[in-house]
Amino acid sequence: MFSYFVLVLIAVFCVYPALWVTISSLRTGDALYSDTVIPSALTFVHYLDLFKKFMFAQWYINTLKIALASMIIGTVLTLLTGYTFSMFRFAGRKNLMSILLVLGLFPGFMSMIAIYILLNQMDLLNKHAAIIIVYAAGAPLFFLFAKSYFDTIPKSLVEAARIDGAGHLPIFFRIVMPLSTPLIVYTALMTFTGAFTDFIFAKLVLRSPEKKTLAVGLFDMIAGQFATEFTTFAAGCVLTALPITIVFIIMQRFLVDGLTAGADKG
Amino acid sequence: MFFRVIPSNWNWSWNQMRELVMEKKYHRQPGRYSKIAAIMSALIMGLGQLYNRQYIKGILMLACYVFGVYTAITKLPHAFWGVVTLGETETQLKKVGKLYKQVMGDHSIYLMIEGLITIFIMIVLIWLYVLSIKDAYRTGKLREDGVKPNTFRQTMNFIASYRFPHIVLAIPMIGVVFFTIMPIVFMILVAFTNFTRDTMPPANLIDWHGFETFIDIFRIKTWSHTFYGIMSWTFIWALLTTLTGYFGGFAVALFVEQKGIRFKAFWRTIFILPFSIPMFVSTLILRNIFNGQFGPVNQYLSLLGFKKIPWLSDPLWAKVTLILVNFWLSFPVSMLMIIGILSTIPKDMYEAADIDGANGFQKICLITFPSVMFSMAPLIIMQFVGNINNFNVVYLLTDGQPVNEDYQFAGHTDILISWLYKLSMEQGQYNFASVIGIFIFIILSVFAIWNVRRTKAFKEEDAI
Repeated sequence: MFSYFVLVLIAVFCVYPALWVTISSLRTGDALYSDTVIPSALTFVHYLDLFKKFMFAQWYINTLKIALASMIIGTVLTLLTGYTFSMFRFAGRKNLMSILLVLGLFPGFMSMIAIYILLNQMDLLNKHAAIIIVYAAGAPLFFLFAKSYFDTIPKSLVEAARIDGAGHLPIFFRIVMPLSTPLIVYTALMTFTGAFTDFIFAKLVLRSPEKKTLAVGLFDMIAGQFATEFTTFAAGCVLTALPITIVFIIMQRFLVDGLTAGADKG
Repeated sequence: MFFRVIPSNWNWSWNQMRELVMEKKYHRQPGRYSKIAAIMSALIMGLGQLYNRQYIKGILMLACYVFGVYTAITKLPHAFWGVVTLGETETQLKKVGKLYKQVMGDHSIYLMIEGLITIFIMIVLIWLYVLSIKDAYRTGKLREDGVKPNTFRQTMNFIASYRFPHIVLAIPMIGVVFFTIMPIVFMILVAFTNFTRDTMPPANLIDWHGFETFIDIFRIKTWSHTFYGIMSWTFIWALLTTLTGYFGGFAVALFVEQKGIRFKAFWRTIFILPFSIPMFVSTLILRNIFNGQFGPVNQYLSLLGFKKIPWLSDPLWAKVTLILVNFWLSFPVSMLMIIGILSTIPKDMYEAADIDGANGFQKICLITFPSVMFSMAPLIIMQFVGNINNFNVVYLLTDGQPVNEDYQFAGHTDILISWLYKLSMEQGQYNFASVIGIFIFIILSVFAIWNVRRTKAFKEEDAI
């Protein structure tokens, strides 16, 4: 019984922020502060405000576009890298792996200033293509999960295919890929979420309001003026978080598989 | 031709017979081809290949050589000059005709970057050059043994089969080099200059300052005080967050996975919630929840009769809040992983412990905990390193506040990386920021290399 009590407590602890934000977004008025826990009057006006006062729809499309493109390119690159490191032994492999792993530990924006100047020179500032390229270029640094997963695919399968005369790419696409669905889903999900929620780099590169992503837009809403229009911000939060949260909950199964594949192999 | 004395012995060994056969099949010639080919390739890249009758390969390499020499002659001197001097002409007002016009001088930063890229390309070309010499030498050796060198088609086939990994990795590697390695090198170089917002090119020239900035950080009292303070808080922060995240996840996992708990999937789904809400959204929300004057947490506290707690405005409480928030964000991941590991622990160990009379707590300490630790250890270390640089949480929740007047441009809850951000983005002190960046780089590399080489996934799995 005690365990159930603890579990309920933790559940409340987890759910409370989400709940509070949802209620706030429906509350009348602009303030952060509310007299009652459950508001007396509910309204959807803040959701409408998002689209009227701020270019929320545009931000949404921007973010989706960037996230999808980064997801596709990033996933392909990460899987290829993981596959290559797992299936082949070649000169310089160990050193290359060490280098990539060390580089993967660096926070992205230590390179920010230099990338900003580079982009400035290539005249790519304030363009989505720049962000997609940077995200995709950074994806292979996280190849370790993919490699651990591919390590679990029995080599005998690959060798049998090799004996039958298959080349490298057919082996990759026809044999290894179908066996790796959890990994593909996990990698795609992670790259999508990473691109969707990245804040620092987007804030640096995107300047004009119509090119902003959700992260930057929401942050500007709340950081600029102190706690005014908070409820609109809350509405924005709900709309931003909802799709990802739902996707995560549905994919919960794959997440566990993906995380434990990495954990088992250390 | 050389002559071999054939022993008139009928007990010839198998090896001796084989040698005879091989001598007759291949004409061994004294080492001429390999040396000549190598020297020719050393003179002009591609000549050795042509000499070895690998025409297409030789012509391609010749083209590379021409390109390389051209670049070296036209671009390299300028690149070196640019990197070493960082420009000599300032932007000035010059009298052009009757008007004063602003004539652009040298742009130091562009010079540095262009110089870097040119030097890098030259290094790649030189590496190719060395490879071509080796290749000519080896092919020459093969010719000495009487083997016909590969045609271009055969070379291409060879590359496709045996060099597949190198080709496939080339694309991601180019991205990594350009967007990760190059910027880090640039940052390291900036640390040795006097590049700040006040001396932005092209209006100003930048100079090399050597180690002056490094020395300044330790010599000037405010800077060194800030540096030590922030560094110690960064380490404490990383330690506490990693420990709370891990042990919290462990505890929750144990609770959820107990025998007799129903709706396990339901609890797991709910507990994943903090992880599934995008981090910046939840951090901003939590920032408002913990708002000192208007936030709901303080509201409930005052309803219950307690005093309002200055969650975000008091230095110590701000640190507590940070750790609490990070715990909220990170324990789901640990919990999931530990649940996965828990399911792999064989049940008979527990049954054996029961027979021996162990109680619940002993079972946890002696069976569960070590098994989980074994699998999670490398991940925990990675988490620790990652938390050292957990910029998002600190910046979004507290922005490093409350402000600390003793610190140079930093607040009480700033960690190294958020200080770096403030120094570069808000204060424009790019060179100081880069020095801090180098320190972070060194700390990270030490941990990373040590950990990475130890990881099981890295140690050879060739035992299959």
